[in-house]
Amino acid sequence: MSEQLHFLPEYLTAHLQLTLLALLFSTIISIPLGIVATRVTWLEPPVLAIAGVIQTIPSLALLAVMVPVLAAFDLQSIGFLPAIIGLTLYGVFPVLRNTVTGIKGIDLALKEASRGVGMTAFQQLTMVELPLAMPFIVSGIRTATVWVVGIATLSTPIGATSLGNYIFSGLQTRNYTSVLIGCVAAAILALFLDSLVRAIEVAIIRRRRGQLAIALVIVVMLYGYAGFTLAAPMIDGRQRPVIVGSKTFTEQYILSSVISLWIEHETGRSTSLVQSLGSIVAFDALAAGEIDVYVDYSGTLWANEMGRAHEKHVERVEVLDEVSQYLEKKHGITLAATLGFENAYALAVRAVDAERLDLHNVSDLITHATRFVIGGDYEFFARPEWLEVQETYGLRFREQRTMDSALMYQAAATHAVDVISAFSSDGRIVAYGLQVLKDDRNVLPPYDAVILVSARLVNDDPAVVEALTRLDGVIDVERMRAMNLRVDRYGQAPSTVASEFIEELLTTWSR
Amino acid sequence: MIQVKNLTKLYGSDIAVNALTLTVETGERVILVGSSGSGKTTTLKMINRLIEPTSGSVSLDGVDTSSLPAHELRRQIGYVFQQVGLFPHMTIGENIAVTPTLLGWSPDRIIPRVDELLELVELDPGMRSRYSNELSGGQQQRVGVARALAAGPRVMLLDEPFGSLDPLTRQRLQKSFLSICTGLNLTTVFVTHDMTEALVLGNRIGVMRDGELLQFGTPYELLSQPKDEYVYELMSTPQRQAALVNSLVTGKPTEPVS
Repeated sequence: MSEQLHFLPEYLTAHLQLTLLALLFSTIISIPLGIVATRVTWLEPPVLAIAGVIQTIPSLALLAVMVPVLAAFDLQSIGFLPAIIGLTLYGVFPVLRNTVTGIKGIDLALKEASRGVGMTAFQQLTMVELPLAMPFIVSGIRTATVWVVGIATLSTPIGATSLGNYIFSGLQTRNYTSVLIGCVAAAILALFLDSLVRAIEVAIIRRRRGQLAIALVIVVMLYGYAGFTLAAPMIDGRQRPVIVGSKTFTEQYILSSVISLWIEHETGRSTSLVQSLGSIVAFDALAAGEIDVYVDYSGTLWANEMGRAHEKHVERVEVLDEVSQYLEKKHGITLAATLGFENAYALAVRAVDAERLDLHNVSDLITHATRFVIGGDYEFFARPEWLEVQETYGLRFREQRTMDSALMYQAAATHAVDVISAFSSDGRIVAYGLQVLKDDRNVLPPYDAVILVSARLVNDDPAVVEALTRLDGVIDVERMRAMNLRVDRYGQAPSTVASEFIEELLTTWSR
Repeated sequence: MIQVKNLTKLYGSDIAVNALTLTVETGERVILVGSSGSGKTTTLKMINRLIEPTSGSVSLDGVDTSSLPAHELRRQIGYVFQQVGLFPHMTIGENIAVTPTLLGWSPDRIIPRVDELLELVELDPGMRSRYSNELSGGQQQRVGVARALAAGPRVMLLDEPFGSLDPLTRQRLQKSFLSICTGLNLTTVFVTHDMTEALVLGNRIGVMRDGELLQFGTPYELLSQPKDEYVYELMSTPQRQAALVNSLVTGKPTEPVS
């Protein structure tokens, strides 16, 4: 609990920055747009329709889609910018709708009176229409506030730190304390900001000037804090920290922590973690230099980046060599170290079934597949390796179910599915009484865990790269399984497991 | 002096006001009467260009109203609305001060002016910091009149200003209004449905029907020499009502008014 709460100031501040900035932009866009829509009457239906449609896009998808969109424009596509743009788009609709409703709802007699007393069109807007519509507009901002605070938790997978870091990493590592802290903190923040905007709304309606002034001072202070904390790293001019990325599963959380602690210990450089990135997002972020280092797997790069999943019987060393050369040539990415274990995709079944049905190899599954349900993680069924496995073995399962990788092992153990796309380094294979089937036709490539370093870091600080190469071969598969299990099964924090590993490593080496 | 010449308003092919010509002398109160849809409110609103005429012209003291921007024209003309239209987010004082503020008067000039106007419309000066929803209908319309008078216009337009008030309040406001008009020598066009109000307040009355000005003259002329049956019916309403009331008091059946 306390090791989790340690992150609260960082996550909360980041969450506040995202929320406040997105709301500011939403408001700045929506109010003028709403005013124009009430003036140019033919604009109103399309403008409201477009804003409404944006609202119906699932929020996670809206944020995720910002990544390729920004990348296409050569802009920062990971982290703060895509999150801010996505959240801003989300906040536009309620403010826009209420601006339009508020202005259109004004008594026609008052509109005529404002002309009758001699106001120009602009004076009618600023002296009568906006003040009278203000309670509606503020109420729209209030709706947007609550939505944006909630949706900002989904900024984590696109690389922006938020309270979602608690939720995503907690769900992956089955640390429900972490999930709870994230949810409760987001809820409290939402309630606080909601009551603040509510106070402004009431103060306007009831004409309580004192209350309005106090609420506005608090708003200004919050923006001041967010602005200051955002600007501080730019102003103090220190070297940017080495940014260590991780994908969305336990092993990645542990390894990113190991790398970050190692760099800090060996080089004294500060680091920062960008966790819970999607698989492709992580690679693109490294290629673009938005993160500096992360761990990937040779087979994944071989299949996804190089498109060579169809090649059979490839050797571990051969794949490593080719991947390394390809990354260097194509993206300037350096393969700094091979950690010493594989985390391969492997089909696993319950050990009891394996014994009962005499299953040892994947080809033994062929006759049983039509009765079996297979479970896979979010990407597995879309990956080229799976298509190759299906084709080569002629496997046709009764049903395919996509689920979170954290839940697959339990799903197999409890008979919810019969076969899973297990990760060979996951300690839960043994812990849940499962057995890996041998890829007897050598379809799946080897998946060596490798530390990848961005071209930018290689240029800026070769000492860091040199330190990372010393991690070559330090983790064997048993070690990795044990570390994974400590997080997945015994609820330890990835950072704790990582720091113990570093200590052990240093003790061993100093002997 | 207001000179209206051949004023016409068309909505598509519908004629709201048809080639209306009339002159309101300085200091005169002209009352426009007629049934709903006769074009009297449209005529009134064309004078300060709340409605732009299709054709024809209006001039104030010889100046064509289309020669200056509409908002500047309206600042020179007081307008009292049927629904009052006080701005609910402004205090009574701010409502009264709105046109002087638009004209750029300094606060030293506005503050005493607001007090003066509150006094003129017989309201307590303490009301200046209240809001319109705290006032009765009669008080609101007094503020409406004060707001119209604030910048010292020579011309006042009133659209059924006392229509929604109870009879006693209406009478009191009519009396105040009459003394204000005479006191300030205002040139006034006043639209009403109420024939008694028209007869009591008007120097001259214009009877409108289907966008046309049927007859225009003093109350005496209209009562004694009605141009047609419609004008006669309309103008004799107060007398018929009085006779009916009288018969209820005396117990005698009503006799038709000759």
